[in-house]
Amino acid sequence: MPLPLILAALSPLSPAQSKNVLSVASIDKLAIRRGATGEVKIKLQLDPAYHVNSNTPSESYLIPLKITWAKEPLIAEEVSYPKPQMEKYAFSPTPLSVFSGTFEIVTRFKAPADARNGPVMMPGKLRYQACNNRECLPPRTIDVAVPTDIQ
Amino acid sequence: MQKRIAIAALCAITGLILGFSTACSNATVKAAVKPERDRKTAPEFALKDSNGQTVHLSDYKGKVVLLDFWATWCGPCKIEIPWFMEFEQQFKDRGFAVVGVSMDEDGWNVVKPYIQEMKINYRVVLGNEQVSDLYGGLDSLPTTLLIDRQGKIASVHIGLSRGKEEFRNDIAQLVDAGHAAAADSGRALATLARAK
Repeated sequence: MPLPLILAALSPLSPAQSKNVLSVASIDKLAIRRGATGEVKIKLQLDPAYHVNSNTPSESYLIPLKITWAKEPLIAEEVSYPKPQMEKYAFSPTPLSVFSGTFEIVTRFKAPADARNGPVMMPGKLRYQACNNRECLPPRTIDVAVPTDIQ
Repeated sequence: MQKRIAIAALCAITGLILGFSTACSNATVKAAVKPERDRKTAPEFALKDSNGQTVHLSDYKGKVVLLDFWATWCGPCKIEIPWFMEFEQQFKDRGFAVVGVSMDEDGWNVVKPYIQEMKINYRVVLGNEQVSDLYGGLDSLPTTLLIDRQGKIASVHIGLSRGKEEFRNDIAQLVDAGHAAAADSGRALATLARAK
């Protein structure tokens, strides 16, 4: 491609596609009996050029990564995030608590005793905010859903 | 033209190897401000400042404006803000103004304390989705535009700029260009008057 066309394609004020740098690599399927509990792993894959703030950012101005589950058909009892990395970036005098690369979030669900048998989806939302040394992307919320078979 | 492209390509390759700050640094500073014929008009907006006053971009017509889209959650933005405070101080008497556009979803609750904490000496307004769309989506912050005295976009910096001096040079170039144009216009009028 000629250089002027490359530069035109990179024109900063052309309509931008919102970057989604974090994606769900896999979600466990959950088979659960009524009244019982079960764990689900969600594997997330982050663009290697970015980091996201952990669920416990080291600075109050930073937006944490957080997964929020719906109130039904299952009950989310506990969410476990991975151990964050403490990384130093040019824009912060102190290391920041971040996730990068591939990481997993584990949620323990309980199926209510009166839940209806059969296949259902357990919906949730994952909010995150990504940066690198030079730029930050606006916070994003992506939908996640656990394929569940209540027995 | 082909020669210029070849030089730019060579600088880009050298820059990738050595780092842009050392390779072809003069060339990158010059390239940051677009030639007048390539500049597009900056979209007009009406946004509220921290005092509730509506600020239009057109209020700054005739001035060089540094328009900085930023957010309190954006670490790299916080490096540039002190630079912009310095530029406001240095160039304000030469027809220059900085306008910060905060893209914080939480609004003034988080922005006002930050303005006070940093002692920001320039005007800050609260952005919204509409202004983001007008300016191409603003997918990355900081995004900083230099707007010339005619209200046209002379340069765009996406992400943390390579350096404060690069910005300062661009501002000085635009501020001085305006002064030179005014001087040229004055000389032309004087010549016309003498001819009559």
